[in-house]
Amino acid sequence: MNAETIKSLVSIFLAAILTENYILNKFLGICPFLGVSKKLNTAVGMSVAVTAVMVISTAVTWPIYTYILTPAGLTYLQTIVFILIIAALVQLIEIILRKFIPSLYNALGIYLPLITTNCAVLGVTMLVIEKGAADPTFGYVQALVNAFGSGIGFLVAMVLFAGVRERLEFCDIPKSLRGLPITLVAASLVAVSFLGFSGLVDGLLGA
Amino acid sequence: MNEILFAVLIVAGIGLIAGIGLAVASIVFAVPKDEKAEKITEMLPGANCGACGYSGCSGYAAALSKGEAKPGLCAPGGAETAQEISAFLGIASSSMEKKVAMVRCMGSYDVTSDKMEYQGIHSCSAAALLAGGVTSCQFGCMGLGDCARVCPYGAIEVCNGMARVDPKRCRACSLCVAACPKGLITLVPYKKQAVVRCSNCEKGAATMKVCKIGCIGCKKCEKTCPQQAIHVENFHAVVDPEKCIGCGACAEACPRHCISMTEDMV
Repeated sequence: MNAETIKSLVSIFLAAILTENYILNKFLGICPFLGVSKKLNTAVGMSVAVTAVMVISTAVTWPIYTYILTPAGLTYLQTIVFILIIAALVQLIEIILRKFIPSLYNALGIYLPLITTNCAVLGVTMLVIEKGAADPTFGYVQALVNAFGSGIGFLVAMVLFAGVRERLEFCDIPKSLRGLPITLVAASLVAVSFLGFSGLVDGLLGA
Repeated sequence: MNEILFAVLIVAGIGLIAGIGLAVASIVFAVPKDEKAEKITEMLPGANCGACGYSGCSGYAAALSKGEAKPGLCAPGGAETAQEISAFLGIASSSMEKKVAMVRCMGSYDVTSDKMEYQGIHSCSAAALLAGGVTSCQFGCMGLGDCARVCPYGAIEVCNGMARVDPKRCRACSLCVAACPKGLITLVPYKKQAVVRCSNCEKGAATMKVCKIGCIGCKKCEKTCPQQAIHVENFHAVVDPEKCIGCGACAEACPRHCISMTEDMV
């Protein structure tokens, strides 16, 4: 692996976190973003689970797409097949966790099954394939790095927003805005702040 | 036609492989369940009240099956459940006296008055923060129903500004005991006995001003009781249920009619 590849991997990783953040730039996975970000520790738990599922799903769906669906000319089945695989994988991870790391299983609790229907996971698996089709240098390793970066981006967004929400608890909010409305306003402000990162990664690495 | 068939076969094949994989994984990675604990969980009432000190019925069942806990801690299940579990575990059953919750106040709207027009949160614990509560008697039941809301069995109802426990429905889980901000509710043995339904800790003259039937600590009951089971403490009478034989002499002697017998209580 030469320096150029490493540089491109770092660039993909940073871009996935900052400029292509799945929650704050692509607006995928808003449900857990609003639902599970009330407390910092649950937000971290959910994000770690999402990151793991994103990487593992991409690791499985990429070869299936490249070596089964593309040669058979069935790329239009991508969505259905990916949902199937992600659901099965999440179940498998749940079974394995319950057996070997019961404490983590109990800590994640409801979040694991929730991830089954998380559109951010589906989004990652489908968008890396789009990227792979557009850029011939974007291969399996790049896809995995992108998936991992997306998961970390999810974590960053969740943790940041959990902090914002914990402070919102103590604010004197107008009655009509209490609850979800002010949460959405705060979420859009955080998203706007992430807009400031656009162009940052390219500028940093001079790519 | 062939194309559709091919697509269906591919997706079905992927689904089949995933399904078989999951089935195999669920067998290979099966977690052995504690069957003993599960059977005990079925015997428990399932109220998850936490009166036993464990996290819900399944937590208590797990502790029981490991031998870490004794049967008989389950207040809602009572003696029957304790015996059933003891028989199942093959250990000596510990005796378990049936108890019921009792509100030690009869301050209905007829005998006390409200000292303010309370418009805050409909909750005793909130109202209790305001100048000692809504009712004229600062020790008395405010009738806002915190106890009735926590009761999992619907055994408490608030009527005419005071809470009343239905002893037939009460399973003595003691959730209401913790919920009452005035500490008016206690558990008493389920038998015929005298209960002083007043908790006012002020001197007689002060009590008379706020409540028509509040205990003034006159000690007539103390003198009447053949068993010395009733004593005035903190300016109101308190019955020792262990000594009380339920003769009813104190209830007859009480000039304020705040002592009642458990048999004729609603």
